Amino acid sequence: MKITVEQVEHVAKLARLNVQDDEKEMFAEQLSAILQYAEKLNELDTDNVEPTTHVLPLHSVMREDNVRESLPIERVLQNAPEDEDGQFRVPAVLE
Amino acid sequence: MSTVQYETVIGLEVHVELHTKSKIFCGCSTEFGAPPNTHTCPVCLGHPGVLPVLNRQAVEYAIKAAMALNCQIADISHFDRKNYFYPDSPKAYQISQAARPIGEHGWIDIEVGGKTKRIGITRLHLEEDAGKLTHTGAFGSLVDFNRVGTPLVEIVSEPEISSPEEARAYLEKMRAIMQYCEVSDVKMEEGSLRCDANISIRPQGQKEFGIRAELKNMNSFRGVQRGLEYEEIRQAEILDEGGVVVQETRRWDEAKGQTFSMRGKEEAHDYRYFPDPDLVSVEIGADWKERIRASIPELPDARRARYSADYGLPAYDAQVITSSKPLADLFEESLKHTDDAKSVSNWIMGELLGHLNTSGLELGAVPITGQSLGELVGLIGKGTVSSKIAKTVFKEMLQSGKRPQQIVEEQGLVQISDEGAIKAIVTEVVAANPQSVEDYRAGKDKAIGFLVGQVMKQSKGKANPGLVNKLLTELLKG
Repeated sequence: MKITVEQVEHVAKLARLNVQDDEKEMFAEQLSAILQYAEKLNELDTDNVEPTTHVLPLHSVMREDNVRESLPIERVLQNAPEDEDGQFRVPAVLE
Repeated sequence: MSTVQYETVIGLEVHVELHTKSKIFCGCSTEFGAPPNTHTCPVCLGHPGVLPVLNRQAVEYAIKAAMALNCQIADISHFDRKNYFYPDSPKAYQISQAARPIGEHGWIDIEVGGKTKRIGITRLHLEEDAGKLTHTGAFGSLVDFNRVGTPLVEIVSEPEISSPEEARAYLEKMRAIMQYCEVSDVKMEEGSLRCDANISIRPQGQKEFGIRAELKNMNSFRGVQRGLEYEEIRQAEILDEGGVVVQETRRWDEAKGQTFSMRGKEEAHDYRYFPDPDLVSVEIGADWKERIRASIPELPDARRARYSADYGLPAYDAQVITSSKPLADLFEESLKHTDDAKSVSNWIMGELLGHLNTSGLELGAVPITGQSLGELVGLIGKGTVSSKIAKTVFKEMLQSGKRPQQIVEEQGLVQISDEGAIKAIVTEVVAANPQSVEDYRAGKDKAIGFLVGQVMKQSKGKANPGLVNKLLTELLKG
């Protein structure tokens, strides 16, 4: 499968990555190579194989509905670049 | 005016917050109204290296809700990451379900215009709620992550809803079912029940769907109906002028009564779902399903049918009363204290709902109990108070929460049913109003109404109106 420059731009936009023009061609090639490598798996017949979501031999790991203590507010906001009235301040989001 | 007849196609996405004590993937409290960010921890704040652990109760509530909506329950369900950047989501993805939701292929019945219509439920899946953003103008937005991780079920309907009225009926039925199941508080004003809508119109008879708009921010049942009504007209006007509806997200503005395009959210919805590697799948075995199914109480439709069959309630009464579980419970509790179901229903639908509507109060906020309402109806039945006086008693009950018998005794409101006492007043009134007596005898039947009124006034409303009528007629004819 060949990844195009447009697809690189689209994925970069979704991931909020600032990719330089001269990098796009390179990433397109590298990503294509990765997919090509994985394509080898298509040679296998998987018609009767259930899709695997996890490789761990575990399922249904759950906890009981008990409340535990939350973080103190100063710890919550400790790494916030900006805060105000106990809240995180972020750049203006348009409604 | 439009020459083309259009038909409307609506699909609803309803989000219901499950009322677990703790969040879906961590032990933080889900309590509403705490100071901002005080119910957060490294897990729900999305700090690096943390691991989510699934709350069993949230899964049980979701299964229960899906069963109540007649869904098929998955044998194996798993969680996926829905990737998007928005400041209300600290991880930059939401843990949700795409490929294997808890439930699929369900339905509910709604009643509109006296007819029952079945609406398909495409799916019900479990996910985490996002945080709350407060926009403070051009200088920034504030984020409160308390709500992040509150367990939600998203319920997606088939595009089988054909009018804003049906949409409202669907939403009201959905609320009632969730309330009866006791999986959620379902308060639209607190956001524990939320609704987005997809709406399109097409010329009548056309097979293909029209281009749809997604409507957000409808915060009340009325808002949902009004927003959709507005959108129906807006889209019809565009098509009438030969234009094309733009596929976009629009925001309902309740105050302006209009919908507005939400620019900035138009970016391609490309969520790149993939299975969350931090959460293993959930196996829902037959035993577990059976245990949950057995815990589902009688649902609104079943109660409605029972009220009609057992108590002979008119269909409309039964529907209104069963639309809210507290109301239906009050009705049933009342009937332990009186047999007169229709009278209880009249009091609930008239005086009680009237008071709640004007005051904006919830049923839980007024001190009326099934016992007090049942006793009041009993007092009227026995003739202790007239219906008119009973309204005064009821108003006092709403204020003080006192039992009706006590109010009647304290305020001396017992109805006068003593013939001698009433006859004395009747005789007096007849003597004092010769003109009305003459009118009545001359064939003006209405004149008796004035005389009855005079007797009631003299007795301070306490005379038994039936007896007053009887004695007056006897005297005038005699």
